[in-house]
Amino acid sequence: MSLARRPSRPGGPAADVVKNGTAPGAAELCFRARGVTKVYGEGQAAVHALRGVDLDLPEGEMVVVLGASGSGKSTFLNILGGLDTPTGGEVLFRGQDISRANQRQLTEYRRRHVGFVFQFYNLMPSLTARENVALVTEIAEAPLAPEAALAMVGLEDRLDHFPTQLSGGEQQRVAIARAVAKQPSVLLCDEPTGALDSATGVRVLEALKTVNDDLGATTLLITHNAGIADIADRVVLFADGRVREVRVNRAKKQPREISW
Amino acid sequence: MIPWPAWMGALDRMLVRDLWRMKGQALTIAFVIAGGVAVHLLAAGMLSSLQATRDAYYDRNRFADVWAPVVRAPEHLLPDIRAVDGVQTAAVRIRVPALFEPPGTVAPSTGEVLSIPDEGEATLNRLHLVRGRLPVSGRSDEAVALQAFADAHRLEIGRVLPVTLRGGRRNLVVGTALSPEHVYAIGPGQFVPDDRLYGVLWMRRSALAEAVDQDQAFNEAVVRLSRDASEPAVIADLDRLLAPYGAPGAYGRKEQISDAFVSSEIDQLTTMGRVLPPVFLLVAAFLVNVVITRLIAVQRSGIGLLKAFGYRDRDVVAHYLKLVCVVAAVGVLIGGAAGTWFGRSMAEMYREYYRFPYLLFEANPADYVVVIAVAAATTLGGAALAVRRAAALRPAESMTPATPPDFSRAAGGRITRMKVLDQQTRMILRQIIRWPGRAALTVAGVAASGALLIGSLSMLDAIEVMIGSSFDVSNPHDVSVTLVEPRSRSALFSLAREPGVLEAEPFRTVAVRLRHGPHEERTAITGAPLDGTLSRLVDRDDRPVDPPPGGLVLSSDLAAKLGVEPGDRVEAQVTEGRRPLLNLPVTAVVDSYVGSGARMQLEDLNRALGEGPLISGAWLGVDSERTDDLYARLKAAPTVVGVGLQDEAVRRLAELIDENLGVAIFTYVGFASLIAAGVVYNTIRISFAERSRELASLRVLGFSRADVSYILLGEVVVLTLVALPLGAAAGAALAWYLAHAMSSDLFRLPFAVSPATFGLAGAMVLAITVAAGLLVRLQIDRLDLASALKTGE
Repeated sequence: MSLARRPSRPGGPAADVVKNGTAPGAAELCFRARGVTKVYGEGQAAVHALRGVDLDLPEGEMVVVLGASGSGKSTFLNILGGLDTPTGGEVLFRGQDISRANQRQLTEYRRRHVGFVFQFYNLMPSLTARENVALVTEIAEAPLAPEAALAMVGLEDRLDHFPTQLSGGEQQRVAIARAVAKQPSVLLCDEPTGALDSATGVRVLEALKTVNDDLGATTLLITHNAGIADIADRVVLFADGRVREVRVNRAKKQPREISW
Repeated sequence: MIPWPAWMGALDRMLVRDLWRMKGQALTIAFVIAGGVAVHLLAAGMLSSLQATRDAYYDRNRFADVWAPVVRAPEHLLPDIRAVDGVQTAAVRIRVPALFEPPGTVAPSTGEVLSIPDEGEATLNRLHLVRGRLPVSGRSDEAVALQAFADAHRLEIGRVLPVTLRGGRRNLVVGTALSPEHVYAIGPGQFVPDDRLYGVLWMRRSALAEAVDQDQAFNEAVVRLSRDASEPAVIADLDRLLAPYGAPGAYGRKEQISDAFVSSEIDQLTTMGRVLPPVFLLVAAFLVNVVITRLIAVQRSGIGLLKAFGYRDRDVVAHYLKLVCVVAAVGVLIGGAAGTWFGRSMAEMYREYYRFPYLLFEANPADYVVVIAVAAATTLGGAALAVRRAAALRPAESMTPATPPDFSRAAGGRITRMKVLDQQTRMILRQIIRWPGRAALTVAGVAASGALLIGSLSMLDAIEVMIGSSFDVSNPHDVSVTLVEPRSRSALFSLAREPGVLEAEPFRTVAVRLRHGPHEERTAITGAPLDGTLSRLVDRDDRPVDPPPGGLVLSSDLAAKLGVEPGDRVEAQVTEGRRPLLNLPVTAVVDSYVGSGARMQLEDLNRALGEGPLISGAWLGVDSERTDDLYARLKAAPTVVGVGLQDEAVRRLAELIDENLGVAIFTYVGFASLIAAGVVYNTIRISFAERSRELASLRVLGFSRADVSYILLGEVVVLTLVALPLGAAAGAALAWYLAHAMSSDLFRLPFAVSPATFGLAGAMVLAITVAAGLLVRLQIDRLDLASALKTGE
């Protein structure tokens, strides 16, 4: 499987609300999911995490994914990120099927295309901010300099600090810098503000927005927090293992205009 | 699904499930405990069984306490011998040296023929008949052969065995037997038992008496002492009684060659069994303690959670102690069963090796109590400490995302800032620098296991050095020939003219009692030519020590027993021939590895004995192409009583060591490997548990399994590489300790660790590390990536 890099930043959104999640006529799709199911366990103990998800996500958008616990949003994000494979259906990344890739191909996919931001940062405690970013740039093809990535999230004066010397928000911004330093095609964030207070969370969202604007990476942001949806180009609402609604924001807000 | 029993609370169910989840780890910790326990129990069981068996064998077959040889004494002296104070039973018999020609062998077999009473069984040193029957009284051509000799030559019942006993004879083998006197059968000039080269036959008294002209006479009395008798007093009385009959002096079991060998070997096994297993148990205890401490530390969040639910500290502590108890109990059970089984099999193996007729297996309950106590104390001790530390945490700490550990100071080490390092290597180095204590414990664990391997293996090196020193340096001759009685030097010239003989050096040996102050030792003085090279005393640096004119050189053990130093004089009571009493200056004491001995120059010894220039035998250097001719000639020579073949002796000694100490050593090596495997696997496994979230994050970030394994296993490899030289040093120290602890009268074990031993132990540790790493690697492959996104810790 060859998942070649392609220039990003395609055309804009197509419709206000699309019931079934697909975006008709979108020329440059980042992800295209059809009939995606995911079942954990077997027989009576089987848990249907995804019950047939259809979704098209255009390149370069900021997408906020909302849904209650157990709605399937994290499972779906894991599949898009190449951490997991679906039980049924197909997922295309820029036209290439990643739903049937093997472990080695998925590792390669994550390495070349995907940046992750975790709820609990997951920084390497033994490495400084700069080194945490360098960890990823050393295995990337066309990375930003670690210093540039950290400057992008406003941490240019915290380069040689260890995680323990940084606040929660700062740690999360290092994590964002780490995720974007390899100039990923896709940035996946699972509850990136979940462990942060409102003011700190806003700074993290600003960093994410900057990255999205500057690099044009398709950004998916999972959250419980409906307020955050206002900064998105597109809002996807998960319920009961399916996409219940996709809404396109005509009037995006700036992160500093929201709070929770 | 099986319903839980009602008495099991939620915590207990959790315990069962936790144990099941960590079964691999629990089992390997149990293995480490089992290793320590098993080695301890196997040594204890084997040794007490061997001793019990030997004692029972000696007792049931009425093994004598004192032997009193004479040249020829009348049988009617027996009541006088029985009347000696302290004698419980006594018997007299005929004992003569012999040459055997078992069908189909080239090398000469020497040995002896002993008499048994004309009717029934012997009163003392009773035979244990294995096959056939005792000779019928009145039949002069029937004999019973020593079982080992019969086996070595496949002598079936009914075969004819030619014997040279002051003239040729042909004896019919009618039975084979074991004898408590010949557990080890060893001939003059040999110092390694060889079942093929040394044989014993038993004939009815009158038949043997007729053959060797000892009618109505005996040449050896054997005595069993009553319970409280003093052996020296009885020996003194017997010597007085038998002096007129040419008695060289009676001796006790300590100097009976078979028992001296058997007891010395059992002593050696005992010392090894006393020295090595406690080291195993201690190392295992230490390792278990370390592993358990870290295992509990990983459970930190679980402990916090339980406290958050309202469980009290002591509930939490009790819960984890139960978990550890189960692991310890499994370890003790495995170790107990394995130790008992191995102890029994090894005792059985030694029974066959020593040809004891049966085995009494003894397991001492006290040994079990000790190991259970040690196992319990160390595992529970380690656990209690760790659990209490964890329980002291406020529950809230485990509910929030963990503060990242602070690497800012410890990780500031300059080396980790070096530009050439990639981030993964930097993580490995900082992980080690950040937790130096933990790294040190890992290093100590691996080093300790390596040291056990080296210590156990070094025993074989020591023995090799000892043999090398004794054979190649001290005794480079090929054949030693002992004559029936001392002869003039012309005997040497005729030996030198035998086919294949390249060089010949004479020696004279004479049985003596050396006295110094209150000390007395029976030994032999060997006189050797000054310029001789075929047999010399050498010190521990393999330097020959030649006796100066007129002086006596003693081996250090003999000097220690007599309490003499160079410059002292000793009294030497010669106990054969004209029996002169000599007063000799001790000019040197040689620190040698094997055996005790006293040496003089040949001329000095002969002058002191006043019997003219006589020799007792010769050492020969032989053309290896022509040995068959030589052996045939020596067998036929009526003047030759004993022939020692160095090659055979070396070969036989190697076999003996393989069969005897070797098995014990390899068993210890096996258990040392088990301990090493348990430690290394657990170290990696716990490291993995501690860092699984970090590693999963890396996988999510696009690092391959190989990259992630590098970070985890790289740390272990670095620590193992640090541990190897330390383990080598500790192993050398252990080897030194063992060499000192195990040296006995008969052997002084040199301290020797060959490069091959270091290499082998190092390779084993590395192989174990690689194998353990591959096992954990499988778990890295199954790492749950999605969980890394979610879990706080």
